[in-house]
Amino acid sequence: MTWDVALILITDGLANGAVYLLAGLGLVLIFSVTRVVFVPFGDIAAFAALSLAAFETGRVPPTIGMVAVLTALALATEVGSLLRRGEAARIPKAVLMWGVLPAIPCVLAWLAARPGVPVAVHIAVAVLLVVPIAPLLARVVFQPIADASVLVLLIVSLALHFLLSGLGLLFFGPEGSRTTPLTSAVFTLGDGFTVSGQVVLMVGAAIVLSGLFFLVFERTVAGKALRATAVNRVGARLVGIRPVRTALLAYGCASLLAGLIGVLIAPVTTMYYDSGFIIGLKAFVAAIIGGLVSYPMTAVGALAVGVVESFASFWSGALKDVIVFSLLIPVLMLRSFMAAHSEEEEDEVDQ
Amino acid sequence: MKSLMLTLTRGAIAAALTACGVASALAADLKVGLSVSLSGPNSSLGVPYAKGMQAALAYKPEINGRKVQLIVLDDGSDPTTAGRNARKLVEEEKVDVLMGTSGVPAAIAMAQVGRDAKTPMIGLTPILLDPSENSWVMTVAQPTQLMIDAVVERMKRNNVKTVGYIGFTDAWGDLVYNALMKAAPEAGIKVVSNERYARADASVTGQVLKIVALRPDAVMTGGAGTPGALPFLALQERGYKGGVYGQHGLINPDFVRVVGASGQNALMPTGPVIVAEQLPDNYPTKKIATDFRAVFQKVNNAPTSDAFSAYSFDGWLVFADAASRAMKKAEPGTAEFRVALRDAIFSTKEVVGTHGVYSFKPGSLYGVDERARVIVKLDNGQWKLAP
Repeated sequence: MTWDVALILITDGLANGAVYLLAGLGLVLIFSVTRVVFVPFGDIAAFAALSLAAFETGRVPPTIGMVAVLTALALATEVGSLLRRGEAARIPKAVLMWGVLPAIPCVLAWLAARPGVPVAVHIAVAVLLVVPIAPLLARVVFQPIADASVLVLLIVSLALHFLLSGLGLLFFGPEGSRTTPLTSAVFTLGDGFTVSGQVVLMVGAAIVLSGLFFLVFERTVAGKALRATAVNRVGARLVGIRPVRTALLAYGCASLLAGLIGVLIAPVTTMYYDSGFIIGLKAFVAAIIGGLVSYPMTAVGALAVGVVESFASFWSGALKDVIVFSLLIPVLMLRSFMAAHSEEEEDEVDQ
Repeated sequence: MKSLMLTLTRGAIAAALTACGVASALAADLKVGLSVSLSGPNSSLGVPYAKGMQAALAYKPEINGRKVQLIVLDDGSDPTTAGRNARKLVEEEKVDVLMGTSGVPAAIAMAQVGRDAKTPMIGLTPILLDPSENSWVMTVAQPTQLMIDAVVERMKRNNVKTVGYIGFTDAWGDLVYNALMKAAPEAGIKVVSNERYARADASVTGQVLKIVALRPDAVMTGGAGTPGALPFLALQERGYKGGVYGQHGLINPDFVRVVGASGQNALMPTGPVIVAEQLPDNYPTKKIATDFRAVFQKVNNAPTSDAFSAYSFDGWLVFADAASRAMKKAEPGTAEFRVALRDAIFSTKEVVGTHGVYSFKPGSLYGVDERARVIVKLDNGQWKLAP
């Protein structure tokens, strides 16, 4: 291996790592606030990418229909639960929150599918369109079982992934799509070593977004509420933080991240209806390196996964994924030696 | 008295049975059972197969004055369902011939039912089975070796001395690699790499870097459909200047869409039906291929853009030819007819189809020769005949 090759592999690895970083942040965010390992995260990213591809080929993305149906389901669930609790007066607000708000991206997407709309609008709408998916799913599926054990939540989340990828197959067909690059710029560094603008964009997006995350968590009330819920749900509730609302905020942020991932990677990899799963799985390896709680460790883990994957594909393409997922074994062993046993089990007995 | 009653009853039953028999003999059409993937991940191939079969039914709805009935079942891209469908077609519908399907494992499952139930099976995909143990099965698809031989011939003509290989980690990647390893040494070409990637992989930069470092004259790819576009994109990105060759698994509109400009000038083999309009007038399959295009357009209200619907059409032509000969020996719907049909299919001589000219003989699953392949070049998103 020469230095050129190593440099190319490192760049490639960092670009992939940047994607895993964003996905890892989303996973950690949702897990720490709600204890849900959100497996459908990658599917949402795939939906964003494939919606963008649908826009490019002049079709109306079928995602619109899915979001609309989810909206109707969530609205029905919310109104039903309000009626059951005898709080009918709050129905108009619920209609606004659960009916009108998620419908806005659908209408925008429907309008953007007309010919002559600039690419930038398509990208923005594709991201916006998937933002309601995670909160709506959370309202319909996870909110009623929010106090269940981590295992139950994980299984439900896995089932949800299969549902979404099945819908993806129905909507977008079995063949993959690629979108036109967001930028065709190429930067030359030193003697003939080039980095494509798309890679710079991916790494840049990861840096900017993680910076934003840091600021939000450290400086804003909403961020502090998220952190408080992550640290101790009961305690947070005692000081007036509503876990339901923070959970929705977390789902919304994660969905936004997934949408951004989708449009960032769609030009560099062929996206299939089920490509999201493998992205989510690798991000999960990164999140596990961060113990599913630590953002900086997740970031380091994500970059490590990206670079290891890139070098593994050079040494043995067939065993690439084996090598990446084998990273989990030493990490988990180390963690289980180091970690004090959590109070998880006690919590569940209390409930 | 009692015995008279018994005789009468027996007579009545016998009469009723005969009547039924006559009725069924009158209604006895030829029955074709097609199991194909109309849903599931293989449906992008299965749907064209089914459409091609509808075109074939419209093209030749009768054989020797007998109507042909087509029964289509969906196997959902699942080999188990394909096997169950085949059993249902044989046992409930009593079909004279089985046809299918869009996946190799599913076609094998059907072939085994055909063998057990002594019903001939015309495969529409390559089938990997031992022909000596499967005397009821044949396929209209081209054998992989035939296609790869054409690629290697072309490489030789283009003065390629070394070739790098990159393909899927699965059976398809192996099949193409083995065919290449068989043909290349005979042509004096050295295969310098055997890189693999999974269908779901996001990038093949690592593998391609390794190939580019070896500086081969050409690269051969062993992929299929949209995932098959990855090496083309990565080679282009690394500025590889040699020729890139593909194989017939890539002849698919979705591949063309995804590979975009990176596939420019890529060479690959396919059945001549893909470039029917560009073939010389004396090419044996040209006329039937244009007929097929016309009837497909009429039946499905859309032009053909794939090679798969044409396999269905050819399967039907082979069946129609064999059935017209078998009907002289036995009545459709009977076990004797199925035996006669099998024997007739295995004595098929020079039946001209859209993909090639078919001559089957016992002991071989395949029935095509060099006339069933042409080399095409991807030129601005269009397949162009590369003579």
